[in-house]
Amino acid sequence: MKRILKYSFFDMIRSRWSIFYFLFFLITASSLLYMSNDSSRALASLMNIVIILCPLIGTLFGVMYYYNSRDFIELLLAQPIKRRDIFLGEYFGLAFSIVISFIAGITIPFIFYGFGGADTLVNFLTIVVAGSILTMAFLAISFLVAMKNSNKIKGFGLAIIIWLFMAIIYDGLFLMSLFIFEDYPLETFSLAMTVINPIDLCRTLVMLQLDISALLGYTGAVFNKFFGTSQGIIISLFFALLWVAGPVWTISWQCKAKDF
Amino acid sequence: MKNLLFLFTLISVATNLHSQTIEVCPDCQYTSIKEAIKSSSPHDAIIIKNGVYREGNITIDKPLSIIGKDYPVIDGESKYEIFTIKSDSVTLRGLKLLNVGVSYTKDLAAINIINSDYVNIKDNILENSFFGVYYQKSSYGLIEGNVMQGNAVKEISSGNAIHLWHCDNMQIIDNQVRNHRDGIYLEFVDSSRIVNNVSEGNLRYGLHFMFSNWDDYISNTLRDNGAGVAVMFSRFIRMEDNLFEKNWGTTSYGLLLKEIYDAEIINNEFYKNTIGIYGESATRIKISNNEFHQNGWALKILGSCMDNEVVSNNFIGNTFDVTTNSSRNYNIYNGNYWDEYTGYDLDKDGYGDVPYRPVSLFSHVITKSESSIILLRSLFVDLLNYAEKVTPVFTPESLKDELPKMKPIQ
Repeated sequence: MKRILKYSFFDMIRSRWSIFYFLFFLITASSLLYMSNDSSRALASLMNIVIILCPLIGTLFGVMYYYNSRDFIELLLAQPIKRRDIFLGEYFGLAFSIVISFIAGITIPFIFYGFGGADTLVNFLTIVVAGSILTMAFLAISFLVAMKNSNKIKGFGLAIIIWLFMAIIYDGLFLMSLFIFEDYPLETFSLAMTVINPIDLCRTLVMLQLDISALLGYTGAVFNKFFGTSQGIIISLFFALLWVAGPVWTISWQCKAKDF
Repeated sequence: MKNLLFLFTLISVATNLHSQTIEVCPDCQYTSIKEAIKSSSPHDAIIIKNGVYREGNITIDKPLSIIGKDYPVIDGESKYEIFTIKSDSVTLRGLKLLNVGVSYTKDLAAINIINSDYVNIKDNILENSFFGVYYQKSSYGLIEGNVMQGNAVKEISSGNAIHLWHCDNMQIIDNQVRNHRDGIYLEFVDSSRIVNNVSEGNLRYGLHFMFSNWDDYISNTLRDNGAGVAVMFSRFIRMEDNLFEKNWGTTSYGLLLKEIYDAEIINNEFYKNTIGIYGESATRIKISNNEFHQNGWALKILGSCMDNEVVSNNFIGNTFDVTTNSSRNYNIYNGNYWDEYTGYDLDKDGYGDVPYRPVSLFSHVITKSESSIILLRSLFVDLLNYAEKVTPVFTPESLKDELPKMKPIQ
């Protein structure tokens, strides 16, 4: 598995896409820093970009990479290598290279500019962790989708629909249910809804970090209390990582039954 | 006002040409302030030299000037009210007053002025006071250049730095008040001026107006107060060149307007407040040439507000520009600069050609269901706002700026 991981990692890191991804974050982060001239404000803008783009890019890369390396996978399958190692190796190679491009892309400008205080550093780390988890999760989901569908159009379509659901439709349903059940206490409910969806979870975590919490009023206080306790952090980390571990585990399990 | 004071001093000097100067110090003829006051005649000056004086409550019942040299310390020993003034034309200057007693039944103050006109409190330092300067039913007072440092922890066991009740023609100038319950509290105070004060770190309001009319407050700095500034049940208040800064917290306001009529809010700066201006039943208020920067809500104007004008302000970097809970609008928004305006200016007259609607759908949604604010900054919400911007359905139709500025107003 290690060797396959290495191959796929170097294959990916040398490719145009990960360099493009790296440059994109490098340019965005440095231009935000340059234009706002204030690392905490730049972070707030960067957060919006990370929350929207990381899942989307993850979804697209996962599908694309799987379909691109299908021939390679088929070749490997002829060798005496465990199926699990091949698929997980491919996935982790892809995931590490993308995450590294992302982290390098947003860290380098901040290193040159300076973090400007411990608070900003914590906020920055939250964004890095959130972005990495989101990337890994959506890569795994789309990888799985592509594996299950040999029809490329169907695979792409399904992956994008999943992204669309998590990023947009979910929040719509969330908002609707908040209106329908207006008369009930909804704090625990909205907390649960937020924790379940990785995009919402990351968005809320970063938002609470970035001192917008005063705007959130009573709901914000409930959230702050939850995420302020170690129990809350453990639960939210657990759910976030579940979105990586779940699909990865499904990949390793489903690949055995995969027919070519 | 000043001329009047001058005239008054002139007359009082003329009628009391034989006024004496009495010195108080640990090794003078008088070692106690009380004795000195007792043996003084009206319009004498008592000069208190450096030292520590613990004399409990000191009552001043004749017109005197009490002047401290090198800030003599007068200690209330955490039991007493320090000065009680019951005479017109008293001046207290250059004193350092410490440790006023805390009482739950009496408003003990470092300086308590009862039914006395023309009392001047100048250049004093007040530390650890329950109430600082407390005027009751007094007119033509001057509070200038004092520094008041409280140690308020809880609202119920703390007092206000400057507390005025049933007064008129007062001047509050160049004071610094910190860590009290309210920084400056005015109740039934008319025709007064509050200029150049700094009020910060107070538990409740930095400045609190109740039932006060025809007052001006100008060039004050109100920073980091628990709930910001409140102007309630008042008329004809002019607020100019003030800085409302960092009143940040779940129940904080930069400026809270409640039941207030005919006020002018001009040239102020609102920076990083949870809510810049919160208006409830505010009527005929002119809000012009203000700067709103990085507030949560720049303006939260409830449906009970009418005939207000929001003209020529800059709105930059606020999370929400304007929120209202009503689907109707009886206020005028005109010629403001909104940083989120995306329109164009074909005829190059500096004003955008399409109107700007400052109430986003999401800010409207929040007023209906508060917990939905947790979806702030989600992609869905951005889409929702965009759709509403293109074809307004839910947000108040008439709440729009017909002439939004293309560039910030200088």
